[in-house]
Amino acid sequence: MGAKIVFIKDTAVNQDTTQDFYVHFSNILRENALEGKVQVVRVADIGIYGQGLVVKFPEENIIYANVQEKDLKNIVDKTVRDGQVIKELLYQPEPKQLRIVLRNCGEIDPENIDEYIAKDGYRALAKAINDYQPEQVIEELKKSGLRGRGGAGFPTWLKWKLTRETPEAQKYVICNADEGDPGAYMDRGVLEGDPHSVIEGLILAGYAIGASKGYFYVRAEYPLAVERIEKALKQAYDCGFLGKNIFGSSFSFEVDIRLGAGAFVCGEETALIASIEGRRGTPRPRPPYPSVKGLWGKPTAINNVETLANIPPIILKGGAWYASIGTEKSKGTKVFALTGKVKNSGLVEVPMGITLREIVFDIGGGMFSGKGLKAIQTGGPSGGVIPKEYLDTPVDYENLQKLGSIMGSGGMIVMDEDDCMVDIAKFYLGFCVDESCGKCVPCRIGGYQMLNLLNKITESRGELTDLDSLKRIAVAMQKASLCALGQTAANPVVSTIRYFEEEYKDHIVNKKCRSHKCKHLLNYNVIQEKCKRCRVCVINCPVNAIEGDKEKGFFVDPKTCVRCGKCYEVCKFNAIFKE
Amino acid sequence: MVKGKINNIAVEVDEGVSILDAAKKAQIKIPTLCKHPDLPPGAGCGLCIIRIKGTPKMLRACCTPLEEGMEITTHDPEIVAVRRTVLELILSNHPNDCLQCGRNNNCELQTLVADFGIRQESFQKFLPDVPKDDSTRTIVLDPQKCIRCGRCVKVCQEMQNVWALSFLERGFCTRISPAGDIKLADSPCIRCGQCSNHCPTGSIVELDETARVWELLQDQDKHCVVQIAPAVRVAIGEAFGYPLGTNLTKKLYALLRRLGFKAVFDTNFGADVTIMEEANEFIQRLQKGKGHLPLITSCCPGWVDFMEKFHPDMIDHFSSCKSPHEIVGVLSKTYYAEKNNIDPKKIVVVSIMPCTAKKNEIIRSEEMYASGSQDVDVALTTRELARMIKQAGIDFVNLPDENPDHLLGDYTGAGVIFGATGGVMEAALRTAYFLLNGKNMEKVELNQIRGLDGVKVSEIPINGKRIRVAVAHGLNHVEYVLDQVREAEKNNKEMPFHFIEVMACLGGCVGGGGQPYGVTDELRAKRAAGIYQDDKSSKQRCSHENPFVQQLYKEFLGAPLSEKAEHLLHTHYHARPVYAK
Repeated sequence: MGAKIVFIKDTAVNQDTTQDFYVHFSNILRENALEGKVQVVRVADIGIYGQGLVVKFPEENIIYANVQEKDLKNIVDKTVRDGQVIKELLYQPEPKQLRIVLRNCGEIDPENIDEYIAKDGYRALAKAINDYQPEQVIEELKKSGLRGRGGAGFPTWLKWKLTRETPEAQKYVICNADEGDPGAYMDRGVLEGDPHSVIEGLILAGYAIGASKGYFYVRAEYPLAVERIEKALKQAYDCGFLGKNIFGSSFSFEVDIRLGAGAFVCGEETALIASIEGRRGTPRPRPPYPSVKGLWGKPTAINNVETLANIPPIILKGGAWYASIGTEKSKGTKVFALTGKVKNSGLVEVPMGITLREIVFDIGGGMFSGKGLKAIQTGGPSGGVIPKEYLDTPVDYENLQKLGSIMGSGGMIVMDEDDCMVDIAKFYLGFCVDESCGKCVPCRIGGYQMLNLLNKITESRGELTDLDSLKRIAVAMQKASLCALGQTAANPVVSTIRYFEEEYKDHIVNKKCRSHKCKHLLNYNVIQEKCKRCRVCVINCPVNAIEGDKEKGFFVDPKTCVRCGKCYEVCKFNAIFKE
Repeated sequence: MVKGKINNIAVEVDEGVSILDAAKKAQIKIPTLCKHPDLPPGAGCGLCIIRIKGTPKMLRACCTPLEEGMEITTHDPEIVAVRRTVLELILSNHPNDCLQCGRNNNCELQTLVADFGIRQESFQKFLPDVPKDDSTRTIVLDPQKCIRCGRCVKVCQEMQNVWALSFLERGFCTRISPAGDIKLADSPCIRCGQCSNHCPTGSIVELDETARVWELLQDQDKHCVVQIAPAVRVAIGEAFGYPLGTNLTKKLYALLRRLGFKAVFDTNFGADVTIMEEANEFIQRLQKGKGHLPLITSCCPGWVDFMEKFHPDMIDHFSSCKSPHEIVGVLSKTYYAEKNNIDPKKIVVVSIMPCTAKKNEIIRSEEMYASGSQDVDVALTTRELARMIKQAGIDFVNLPDENPDHLLGDYTGAGVIFGATGGVMEAALRTAYFLLNGKNMEKVELNQIRGLDGVKVSEIPINGKRIRVAVAHGLNHVEYVLDQVREAEKNNKEMPFHFIEVMACLGGCVGGGGQPYGVTDELRAKRAAGIYQDDKSSKQRCSHENPFVQQLYKEFLGAPLSEKAEHLLHTHYHARPVYAK
């Protein structure tokens, strides 16, 4: 077999250009009669970001970054044909990351089980089944200190132990792959890049708790992930890692896939169970916890994708090894989806305890806009903003919570001075209001009322009492909502008020949005000294809000103006100001 | 048993008892709008939050069981403040038309708002723009008043197994509606009205027909007669401060005369006639093999509707006998009219029922017009009657006792127990025993089929034969019984039962959908006790002993199951589609 070539889109570019690249590459190979020697595979994630198109030769571990089309001929000529390294194209890796979950992403062909096996794949399963009692697996997890990566950080070993100890013949394990936070795609990265690691983790979970059946609950919006899980499951069945009497033991395990229909709340475990059972996806009160009464009323352990991908290395290398990474209470690594105004956006996996500054500046390469960092949003719609003063905070579950945010599933959005904090809060709250299941009052009505107040504030109708109302409803939502969605939906508002109350007051009292985001608070007008009287703005204004003539000059009538910004855009002389 | 402390008061309850219920033992009432004693917790309203020492979050008392050693605070300034905000949020999504609402003065939300002393609207009002649904002509659905507590959905799906109501859409737009957004009349709804009885607000109420009755009473050209169902007499007092379960039969007779009815009859008389027919029907099936066994009772219109929609394979098992109030209706416009020389066209029959489904039953098929016109003109619920009494300004509590009008008004103990689960069966067996043995049972009380167990199975020895009977109430208990019948039919085995009684509502008619609000098992038991007391104190306790029933057959009908009786007192059943369209 020849070498394999793997390449990926530049995550900083919105478009996936790998298709054209793939065709071009294949053509050159064919022209050179080398198509039999190499196989070209497109992957969703290779663990390198902001480096343009990346070409990787896994066997020789040669990685080329920022590859242009013109470089392809060179690569084929030198590296493919002769195995030479082209130094100018070599990728300089980042040292700060530590890849446990993403260990195989971009290293192996995710659709080939042999490559996973070659990377110690399914060895942890063999070890567990041959050498460990299920209790010992849980014991090893306890030593590792692994906590659930779905957001709440519940100790994984305890969840498994509780499920194991519930007396019932039939038990289930579920992999929660209903990733839905805006801007977060950690689980997708793992499922598309290394599905077998998650499957192995799921089988290990089944072994540890005594379940004979597992489910993948994957959102239907991840078709490639679904396809790869399906392929991987088939391969695992063919190899005997799934099915009856795995490794000749008495342990049998089956896995099925269930697709989520797009409701964010179905990531909540009781709603997820309802959805699998074919009922309306709404949370139900706990207790009973799923570990006692879960799917079809049977004890069920539900673990997030990232949690499960951590299990095989823990079993192979030992809980103590894992516990040596991270902070006192938060062990191991965490994958973040680093996005926003940062140079290198993408998935990063870092040891717990690393500071936000290291993530944003050392790994992320700093701000891409050239403007100052204002805040970092973590935890998605359940999280909050952390202002720049706290950049040196070590990242772990407790610290983020203290700052009024949460670890969440791993979204991390970097914001600069152009980001309006009221607008950000409105965006996240709007998401939760859309996604509320409508079951309980605080979330259903509270969220809607808060969003209404934020709209009021950003549309220049705000009053100072609105801030009190926001705070009051937020408390009710946090205290009286049934599930985590409602309990945390107000967090983005609470944390922005906590750190940026002045900005809110600016909107309310001065009717000003300093980031120029809230268009109702903007004022456009003509800078007479710069204006050349060309009338382009007058012609382009959709509501005829620009009055005047060439003699007297032109003026924007604020009453007619709809703040669309067209005049600002079309003026060639920068003679329109907005504030 | 587990012990804990609630607001520093020691309580001890069974394992699994919720903090909400445990608090009652410490004389503490935790507010809730979604939890109902009949139903599992829904956890929708968020009002019952409490604090457990050592737990950072506030938890819901309705769905958190008390555990050993728990120390709970149910009321502190922060908890009360959160509750107040939640209540205000509910109000921001609820219309302010309390004065015109069917639940004015009797609304759980209104009461809580008053208790909390909420004097202003803190949040902007957003009301859903959804129309009312009165398509069933029995209950009216007003989604705008709905607080999405989910009680009706749970009642309809879990308690009654009808699945007419569900939640549609999500988030702020969530609303109750039949699945597929169709009209209630086109849905599987059986009009049992349990949703209206469990609704904490005025979102689901009975269709109010009191105005029509007032009009009819005013009409000099009409001869209005009235009848009251067995379960009404032990529940109406709740609206006037009587102890629960007080039997007010004689005051009701006096009252109805004062309201202007020309003759006051009793549905219990009709029940006695039903028994004459049904007991004979049973014996025919048992001894002569005419018709299928087990015989299944058919006097509950909710159950009939349910059977026709969901279990049409059981049609042959059904008693063809009409329900008691239909019998009084048809006899009023024939027998009574004839005897008193009144033009039947002028007679108006009003039934006071514990039931919303009766509003639908009176027009359910052409057999309900056996007298030549609609046999029962209006069916009012207990709740509507209570309102009429108050409108009329009658001091109900101090009314003198009066007797019913003869002919269709006198009843036996067997007639009154129709109002409680197991009662129809008990009454029928009393008469069946007499018909087979020529003498009455030594002990007429059949305690083994009384009480609130969902399914009661028993064997009654009659004439050397052991009659196997099953009594089910609350429609989610029906399938268990019917499946046994089907199983035996399929395998050609002996039938597990000879006789089955089904009532759609839990507790039978005493727990009917048209009864006063706030029903619990305790209340059902008290209402039933009032009914059994009436039976116990009756001179005649078997339907065949009723002299007016005897007179009816002698003068008018001939014999039970005679051609005339069949024509006037019996009906047919037809399979109906679960969804009308």
